[in-house]
Amino acid sequence: MSSDVESARKLPEYPDTVSMDQVKPLGDEPIPFDVDIIRTDFPILDRTTPNGPLVYLDSANTSQKPRVVVEAIEDHYLNHNANVARAMHLLGAEATAAFEAGRAQVAAFVGATRSEEVIFTRNATEALNLCAHSLGASLVPGDEIVISVMEHHSNIVPWQLLAQRTGATLRWFDVTDEGRLDLEAATAEELINERTKIVSLTYVSNVLGTVNPITEIAAAAHAVGAVMVVDASQAVPQMAVDVATLGADLVAFTAHKMVGPTGIGVLWGRYELLAGLPPFLGGGEMIEVVKMTGSTYAPPPHRFEAGTPPIAQAVGLGAAVHYLSEIGMDAIAAHEAEVTAYALKGLATIKGLRVLGPSEPVDRGGAISFTLPDVHPHDVSQLLDSRGIAVRGGHHCARPLHERFGVQSSTRASFYLYTTRAEIDALIDGLEYTVRFFGGAR
Amino acid sequence: MKVEELYQEIILDHYRAKHHSGLRDPYEAEVHHVNPSCGDEVTLRVHLDGDTVSDVSYEGVGCSISQASTSVMSDLVIGHSYQHGLGLHQEFLTLMQSKGEIEPDEDRLEDGIAFAGVAKFPARVKCALLGWSAFKDAVIQAQGSTN
Repeated sequence: MSSDVESARKLPEYPDTVSMDQVKPLGDEPIPFDVDIIRTDFPILDRTTPNGPLVYLDSANTSQKPRVVVEAIEDHYLNHNANVARAMHLLGAEATAAFEAGRAQVAAFVGATRSEEVIFTRNATEALNLCAHSLGASLVPGDEIVISVMEHHSNIVPWQLLAQRTGATLRWFDVTDEGRLDLEAATAEELINERTKIVSLTYVSNVLGTVNPITEIAAAAHAVGAVMVVDASQAVPQMAVDVATLGADLVAFTAHKMVGPTGIGVLWGRYELLAGLPPFLGGGEMIEVVKMTGSTYAPPPHRFEAGTPPIAQAVGLGAAVHYLSEIGMDAIAAHEAEVTAYALKGLATIKGLRVLGPSEPVDRGGAISFTLPDVHPHDVSQLLDSRGIAVRGGHHCARPLHERFGVQSSTRASFYLYTTRAEIDALIDGLEYTVRFFGGAR
Repeated sequence: MKVEELYQEIILDHYRAKHHSGLRDPYEAEVHHVNPSCGDEVTLRVHLDGDTVSDVSYEGVGCSISQASTSVMSDLVIGHSYQHGLGLHQEFLTLMQSKGEIEPDEDRLEDGIAFAGVAKFPARVKCALLGWSAFKDAVIQAQGSTN
């Protein structure tokens, strides 16, 4: 009998509410990491392109999805679908329990002390906009917001808009030529000072792969009374992230980069901080009592979740974090470090290729951006695509960072738990072909 | 679909040695066009002498398709009436939107027919159109300034 049929027959026994201690501890018995076995969980990796087998090296853009995630979403829609927190019937109760179970699983995954600290948004961009909006409501002219030049546009533009709305000043960390935050320059210019109200930094750069010293910077932010926001979109998928010890106050990430579905993002926040913040979007679900003369608001997390939330996506995200936990985030991080080191070594053999960011695999995530002399990244990615290899070419939503490195754009290869050494070899071969093609020796 | 269909030798030749490249005086209009999704950029100037396009000069950063297409466009429009240039723009646009289903007119588009293969790569159509759109925009502005 297929598992589909089994799951269709079996009604899961959802509790009315889910508390943290009901979430099963995960990963008791670590399974040895075997990339070939992992790949069988991802049907898409088996497909071919018109140009041969698929070599998917664009996981920092979006990750592929294992069968269990897709099946969890399918099962939800086919067997338990209803709106949440309002339908007084069996399906409504099941859907609500499944949605809240997804929240609890995410909370456990990142080490939150209570599931009410996990807010579901549409994506990481919305989570960061929520921060800028709700956290920024109290800013006044003269206050300072600190970001860095290595941020994704989604951690730049919301703060620019906030600065425009409030008259606050936006300042930023520069990076060194190696692609690390320039902490010395920041200290010299007193970047974080008593006027600083918000510091918002990426944990892992989506372009450079740099892992930033969040705990250290959070301590500096807290010392002046500022709130520390972290864009962990590239970190949570790749490494064990523990919000209890990270030092950050608010952490944003997104499901689709961590083998989960599109359409759902997460903002984790310290409960006491969230409890004091004004709402972001207004509507159903986020209220307590609505009168025509004014309304009161629900406590977190629902205060920040106006309207029908991404229900099936929360179920899918729950399945995703369960999947990642079973493999173990430390094992995934170790695999990524190994593949990244192998790729850096291979890329170093291509004449003229310049890696943006750390060239040593130390404090570095699994994304490598590079340039080739006289070949534009669009042409690089097109040529690689002609060999079935998927990479990203462009500014990767980080135009200021590219400007800092004096280039207009770059090509990015990014890896994940299913990436093999053979795929890196295909990339290196493809790049050699690209260089020959545009060098005129066809 | 073979990638060689996209990267015709003519395109690579224009990319390696762009015609009419660089910004020159005099000009009646200068425009700056950007492809926001990839960051390709071109600054383009048009100099009209009556109805005649007597110069198109430009500076751009971008992929081989966008750079070569701008180079071919400048060859085609310089020395002819702006109406002829706008007509070619329309023809090239139609070719790019054809998904590869129409035969380009070599007598009119000359080297431009090398881009027929681009129409089969939807993600690259906007690259091929960058310089042409800038030209059209600049001609319209230049007419406004001379009338």
